[in-house]
Amino acid sequence: MATSSINVPSASPVEGSRSFLSKLKNGDEIARLVTFLFAASVVFITIILVFELWTGSALPRHKFGLQFFVTRVWDPIAEEFGALPFIYGTLVTSLVSLFIAVPLGIGAAIFLAELAPQKISDTLQFFIDLLAAVPSVIYGLLGVFIVIPLMRNWVQPFLKSTLGFLPIFSGPAYGVGFLTAGIVMAIMVIPYIISVSREVLLAVPRDQREAALALGSTHWESTWKVVVPFARTGIMGSIFLALARALGETMAVTMVIGNTPTISSSLFSPGYSIAAVIANEFTEATGDLYLQALIELGLVLFLLTFILNGVARLLILATARRGGGTAHA
Amino acid sequence: MNARLRWRKLVSGFMLAMTGVCALIAVSVLFFILGYLVYNGGTSINWDFFTKLPTPVGESGGGMANAIVGTAKLLSLAVLIGVPIGFFGAIYLAEFSGSTMAFIVRYAADLLNGVPSIVIGIFAYTLLVLPFKHFSTFAGGFALGLMMIPITLRSTEEFLRSVPRSLREGSMALGASKWTTIMRVIVPAAYRGILTAVLLALARVAGETAPLLFTAFSNRFWSHGWNEPIASLPVMIFTYAIAPYEDWHHQAWAAGLVLLGLILMVNIVARVILSRGVSVPRS
Repeated sequence: MATSSINVPSASPVEGSRSFLSKLKNGDEIARLVTFLFAASVVFITIILVFELWTGSALPRHKFGLQFFVTRVWDPIAEEFGALPFIYGTLVTSLVSLFIAVPLGIGAAIFLAELAPQKISDTLQFFIDLLAAVPSVIYGLLGVFIVIPLMRNWVQPFLKSTLGFLPIFSGPAYGVGFLTAGIVMAIMVIPYIISVSREVLLAVPRDQREAALALGSTHWESTWKVVVPFARTGIMGSIFLALARALGETMAVTMVIGNTPTISSSLFSPGYSIAAVIANEFTEATGDLYLQALIELGLVLFLLTFILNGVARLLILATARRGGGTAHA
Repeated sequence: MNARLRWRKLVSGFMLAMTGVCALIAVSVLFFILGYLVYNGGTSINWDFFTKLPTPVGESGGGMANAIVGTAKLLSLAVLIGVPIGFFGAIYLAEFSGSTMAFIVRYAADLLNGVPSIVIGIFAYTLLVLPFKHFSTFAGGFALGLMMIPITLRSTEEFLRSVPRSLREGSMALGASKWTTIMRVIVPAAYRGILTAVLLALARVAGETAPLLFTAFSNRFWSHGWNEPIASLPVMIFTYAIAPYEDWHHQAWAAGLVLLGLILMVNIVARVILSRGVSVPRS
């Protein structure tokens, strides 16, 4: 785009080469080449990353094949490696976190985009941005010393006495486990849902709201039945983005999930997640197969987040286009 | 009819109030975290924390001087790796590149941005730890630098693009070459935005723990040069928080307070830089 303003179309090849020479002399071509190398290195690094993950996990991929994903045993001494407990733990904790974070996040985003005056909305968004900047290990620290005791002494006994007939709320209350990890994770992903959803909601054209209000709907009805459905795909995008974050979340989860490779229907049970097992066992992994099994878990994590991020970006893009399109129409 | 309308208004008022409650809960988490850290960290922090090495288990006292220096060393390495690639890459994208190459680079950057930090750690491990058979400061800094690239690249590109076209054309019309235009006109016009992007990227990687666990590892003593394992604040918080010693827990709170204080400060400074008299829009 920017180059079109200076590229005078040259008639003959002689003139073309002369302009190339003059460009070379004043450094433009060199600058172009140097900056190109920097830009290309980003692509190069990404390719190497995928390559390393792929070749680094060759042993278990050949030995276990697809069995890796359905085997429940993780026994480094017998060199039996199955990823099922970790995949289960990752999925369960992510779903619990979305179950909490989605209503809260979208509610807060509606408030920021539709209700709050500009100044208050901006101030609150500033705090939300700061919240997103809090590192994962800090959430883990608070999780260990506040959330775990809170869960063990209050929340889990309460859930058990009221909803204990459900299998998901049964078993002893350890404090650590799927539920605790899910709650800590929810707190971590809420800022992402709020920021993206708020932005998509703000992009909904004004006439949509006004038309709904003019037809006699209340403020809430215009928001919930017109504005939110209009931004639906973008909000879905924010949820996928949050899910991708949650799947790759390592430190906070490692500190509160209990680190036991179990598959249990109870959310009170201690568990394990893909990221947590890598964090805990990578430095202790003895033997190539053990290490490479962990790298294969990393590859699984990479592929999952890759797909989710791709879907999220498409959804957000689709809403942005739609919002812009109708505004002009 | 009237009753129905009253009901609808009631529902509207109630639901809108609930959204306010949601926003309040979300924001109050920040103040809760801050308050708890200031309370717990404030009572544990003292001068020794900044000047002394960690003591052996069972001995009270000691500090995290090595981890503070370690974090600084790791972050300077990360800046050295992440910022040039991000900055010059962004210049290429915004000023030189055709649309195909730009698409590929942007796609790669977004992909890199979405990679979980623990996977970045694995990558740095296979590249810089496995062949040399020991953990090193360099591997840790490399992992953090990788994470800075996509953030710096994408925001810098956005800020370069938002520089008005008339500025470019004015410079070109005066006979300046393209490179002179970029370095003397466009980059200065966008420098606040670029500085903000770099600071935010720095704040983001400063708290990263997962990529350091098996690259920089940790160290209970001073780390000399760039080729030894090195302690860092986030990893220290992790190991101290899950250890069973009361004394270590206090140290973990103190380290948490210092780390979070630093990160939030950099964040606020970055945003203030951006909001003070800029010609470029907020991203």
